[in-house]
Amino acid sequence: MTIRTLRDYGQHYRPRMACLKNVEVFVVEMQDPKSGVKGADQKLNVTIIPHVINGQDILAWIVTKMKVTTEEAQAFGTMLVAYGYIYPLQNHRKLVLVPDSTLYRFQTPYFWPVQKWPAEDIDYAIYLARRNIRKKGMLEPYEQQHYDNLHKWMNPKWDFIVMQATEQYKANKERKKPDRVVLDCQERAYWIVHRPPRRTHSAMDYGLDRLIDPNAEEVTGEYCNIFLTQALMRSAVKSSMSLTAFVKFVTTHHNHDPFLTTPVPSNPWITDSDEFWQLNSRSVDIPTKLSVERWVLSFWELISDPRGRVDFKLFLKKEHSAENMAFYEAAEEMRWGAASAIPEKSQFIFNTFLKPGAPRWINIDGRTMGLTVKGLVVPHRYVLDAAQTHIFLLMKKDTFYRYLKSPVHKDMQKRALVPAPHVFTDAQLEANVRNRNPGVSPILQWQQEEEEKAAAAVAARPIDVKAMVATNKLDRK
Amino acid sequence: MCDQTFLAITFGPCDSCSENRPLMNLYIKTEPINYCSLCMEIMACQGLASGETLKSLKAESETLRKKLEEERKKLHDVELEKVAEKAEALGELNMKTRRTLKGHGNKVLCMDWCKDKRRIVSSSQDGKVIVWDAFTTNKEHAVTMPTTWVMACAYAPSGCAIACGGLDNKCSVYPLSLDKDENLAAKKKSVAMHTNYLSGCTFTNSDMQILTSSGDGTSALWDVESGQLLQSFHGHSADVLTLDLAPSETGNTFVSGGSDKKANVWDLRSGQNVQSFDTHDSDINCVKYYPSGDAFASASDDSTCRLFDLRADREVSIYSKDSIMFGAASVDFSLSGRLLFAGYNDYTINVWDVLKGTRVAILFGHENRVSSLRVSPDGTAFCSGSWDNTLRNKFLFTMTAYPGQRWANCAPPFGTPNHGQM
Repeated sequence: MTIRTLRDYGQHYRPRMACLKNVEVFVVEMQDPKSGVKGADQKLNVTIIPHVINGQDILAWIVTKMKVTTEEAQAFGTMLVAYGYIYPLQNHRKLVLVPDSTLYRFQTPYFWPVQKWPAEDIDYAIYLARRNIRKKGMLEPYEQQHYDNLHKWMNPKWDFIVMQATEQYKANKERKKPDRVVLDCQERAYWIVHRPPRRTHSAMDYGLDRLIDPNAEEVTGEYCNIFLTQALMRSAVKSSMSLTAFVKFVTTHHNHDPFLTTPVPSNPWITDSDEFWQLNSRSVDIPTKLSVERWVLSFWELISDPRGRVDFKLFLKKEHSAENMAFYEAAEEMRWGAASAIPEKSQFIFNTFLKPGAPRWINIDGRTMGLTVKGLVVPHRYVLDAAQTHIFLLMKKDTFYRYLKSPVHKDMQKRALVPAPHVFTDAQLEANVRNRNPGVSPILQWQQEEEEKAAAAVAARPIDVKAMVATNKLDRK
Repeated sequence: MCDQTFLAITFGPCDSCSENRPLMNLYIKTEPINYCSLCMEIMACQGLASGETLKSLKAESETLRKKLEEERKKLHDVELEKVAEKAEALGELNMKTRRTLKGHGNKVLCMDWCKDKRRIVSSSQDGKVIVWDAFTTNKEHAVTMPTTWVMACAYAPSGCAIACGGLDNKCSVYPLSLDKDENLAAKKKSVAMHTNYLSGCTFTNSDMQILTSSGDGTSALWDVESGQLLQSFHGHSADVLTLDLAPSETGNTFVSGGSDKKANVWDLRSGQNVQSFDTHDSDINCVKYYPSGDAFASASDDSTCRLFDLRADREVSIYSKDSIMFGAASVDFSLSGRLLFAGYNDYTINVWDVLKGTRVAILFGHENRVSSLRVSPDGTAFCSGSWDNTLRNKFLFTMTAYPGQRWANCAPPFGTPNHGQM
């Protein structure tokens, strides 16, 4: 049979329905009389229901058609049932695909989930009212709950609803019994999907509606052109170059990815021992070999790892060029810091790093210095950007390589640990589970770091000789 | 490194409003102008200038677009699959759920890791935001927001605060304290104010700034202490659903995805829309940067995940399969960028090989759609939050690499022995 649908799969307020397009194509194929799932007539309570299929056949068909494993086919089949394309005949409330002789039927396209028209409450009210008439007041408990709710909310329209329900009930009586049973099953399945019983979820639950209709005409024509002109002016790189860069990145980081290389000593999530985190923490004396290898990869890796940054700063101290790093950090702080702190920070940075004769004067070219100082008259968040970039590039292209060749680094490479991989017996693993280390709260760690920073800042301040004399420290009486 | 990060920013008086602001460098018909982002918006919303009709603008648009496509085509000299042939094949991945965090009474909508690699904050539909120590599965803090549908939550880099928001149109920051009995809601600070629901939020490199995206179509950068709007980003024509900050050295850009099917890259400082990608067929639910910062992946309701190269300015890979028909809700990369984990609306998680474009594994276990997925900061595990009210931590059990061996795209057999699983 051909099922022609004039459905709309476009972007609308209701999200997440684009999947229905492909699913419907699939379901149509499933129903193909020649190549689809084989159905048979089934006797159910005296009536004969046509085109009944069983779970096993559905699963086998999906496996062959999509060439997937049974598990995946099962998951997909359950989605088909959950969305209401196939409905179970017997246990109609449980919308899963059971791969045995459980019976299912294809839902008629009229009742397929549709993007544009959500299942309205008023239709549901009419359905429940009709069911109420048929069952003479004996609705299922969840239906009763829904019915009572709707009765409360739709009280003014209730006469209309009851009238519609009675009309439909009478029209239904004119039908032949098998048709009536089938239609009843279909409608019931439709409403289970769209109005699930308490404590079960509906696949139709998609979350929130979107605010803006994406199909609305775009007003910003001018804006678009400006953007396109800008895009044309920007230079792009050849694919071969950028793609090779990706492959290179992946290859160099392969050994550091815990999903690809088992971490040493062991992954904390598997063995419940957090030694891995302790060995790689910021305050550890000797870092692991893997960390040290990671620092070599690029300057950014070195300073993003807190332990690496400590090492780099040590090197800089030996070279007496610590002011670059200090300036970089101060500029970062200003950039990402609170807006209210900007004037104060910029003043401090100017006095410490940029002023001619400053105690930690940084060496940047005249033009950048001029721009920065000019900008500092009205300081804003990004005023140090040019200087910061200059210093960063300097460190990246020059200092970093000197660091790699330095005795500090080479020594560290020699001393770096290669922790032995853990081998736990089952008993030990169970013990680990019971004794999971709660670790240090990040709040405490943060406080500690702040204290250390403050202490370092005090230490870095230049010694004021006059003040010392004033406090009689150099008194030579 | 991406050249975008060193985009020179000019700061000075805007051509139209003469205020000192970060300026966008734009060209209108080859004439350079320097506007601040606010004036840019005003100009964009104005009607047609004299001598222009809607038709002429559209025609101009078309020619520019064609020119851009031609330029980009010239640089498109090789496909990712070809370059990836050099890369080693992946061995078998065997992943298991290691922790299941139960405690939310309703759908888990969003989650984020702390920089200490073991703590997680998660938010749910009923307004509860919980901070867990995922390693011990203890709940450390719990906040009840005065709103439902808390769709965005983020952990501060210092580990001392969390930010969350949703249908209340605001992003609130809660400083965490060591005292268990303290009522966190008392110290709450409302930072961001949007005109519609908050869909995503993240701290920048410090606790002092927050970047938010909202259903009203804009994203914005806020100062936490004062609640001041530092920069706003306009350009999406529909709800902005997701955002991610670039991991690059200077951290100047971020990418946002919306239900107008576009993913836009923005300059944090000037508010300018730097790049735009619109090859998706449906809402973009999640965007994530590649670890090197030169690319990003997006997950969409059209059931595909795509990789976009920022330097070559185009889409380089599509991760899709005929058997995957339901939308992808969330993606994240593993530490090396080789694996892409994606959570779908059909309750499964698919793991893709980023370079070769094939699916490496499929994970079951959730009983409702997987709404959020994040890899931990050191890459040792990833956590998936789902509408079935739970969060599951998964980790790789064994991994053996066989170079040159080809793997079929099917799930590896489950049933490996239990090792201390919760």
